[in-house]
Amino acid sequence: MENKNGKSKKLTGGMKLLFIVLALYFIVGIFNLQLAKEAAFSFFYMLLKIIPILFIVFIVMIGADIYFTKEKTGRFVGNESGIKGWIYAIISGILISGPPYILYPLLGNLKKRGMKNSLLAALLYNRNIKIPFIPVMIYYFSLKFTIVISVYIIIFSIFNGILVSVIVEKSLTKSL
Amino acid sequence: MQIKQSIKKTIQVFKTALPIMVGMLLLINLLNVFLKDYYSTVFTGNVLLDPFIGSLLGSVSFGIPVTSYIVGGELLLEGVSLLAVTAFIMAWTTVGLAMLPLEASFLGKRFALTRNIVNFIFSLIIAVLVIYTLKVF
Repeated sequence: MENKNGKSKKLTGGMKLLFIVLALYFIVGIFNLQLAKEAAFSFFYMLLKIIPILFIVFIVMIGADIYFTKEKTGRFVGNESGIKGWIYAIISGILISGPPYILYPLLGNLKKRGMKNSLLAALLYNRNIKIPFIPVMIYYFSLKFTIVISVYIIIFSIFNGILVSVIVEKSLTKSL
Repeated sequence: MQIKQSIKKTIQVFKTALPIMVGMLLLINLLNVFLKDYYSTVFTGNVLLDPFIGSLLGSVSFGIPVTSYIVGGELLLEGVSLLAVTAFIMAWTTVGLAMLPLEASFLGKRFALTRNIVNFIFSLIIAVLVIYTLKVF
């Protein structure tokens, strides 16, 4: 592939991955067209659902880029955040909707600006409590089960944050 | 000026993220369609082994949490233990093997790998604690 200046353009890792997966669909389609079709339909259905969320994330990321300066990120979810940081992480994890992979770019930006690993992990862990899906969980598993598992998720999100942060920082120190 | 810069930056982030996101979603849907008929067949009835299988199966599956509740509900009806199903739904929502490359590219390889391993272990611990708590209360 060549760009405007006639120089060859290298494919990014993401594009390579995409082409590999598309090739995989092609191969699966040769052996089992029905399975490939079903997977493709399911993918388009999922994509249609996430497009509006992606748009919201795009807007939020612009807003966060402007508002969350390094200093503000540090104060809310960085080294100086203290207990408040944990509370912000837990509540936002529960309240933010949409699949986690959509949030990775936004969280990546916040991490670059000083968000702590522990709070990142805690926020992501609390995304398991999905308020809109609670009635479905109650229907399948009972109210008691739903309450118990939700409480454990909140408690373990703190252990999770601490443990992930300790391991990541230790392995970083070791590699230096 | 600041807004223009932020929009440019965000577009750049999306340019990196979108091909990975689309690739991973395509892969996940292929895996899910392939796996859906095998969910109940992999459980053995062994009290110790089934939660582990549940966590493993939940780790390679992917989708909105509500899907895991529905699959979990069906597994219960087919006689799989609540312990194994709890491990399954916990791993489904907390461990994202398929999304690991995307998570690693934005949050760092060490972070993504550590978080997923810790979440896998926690899915088993929480499953045991939930069942124990339900028995006590």
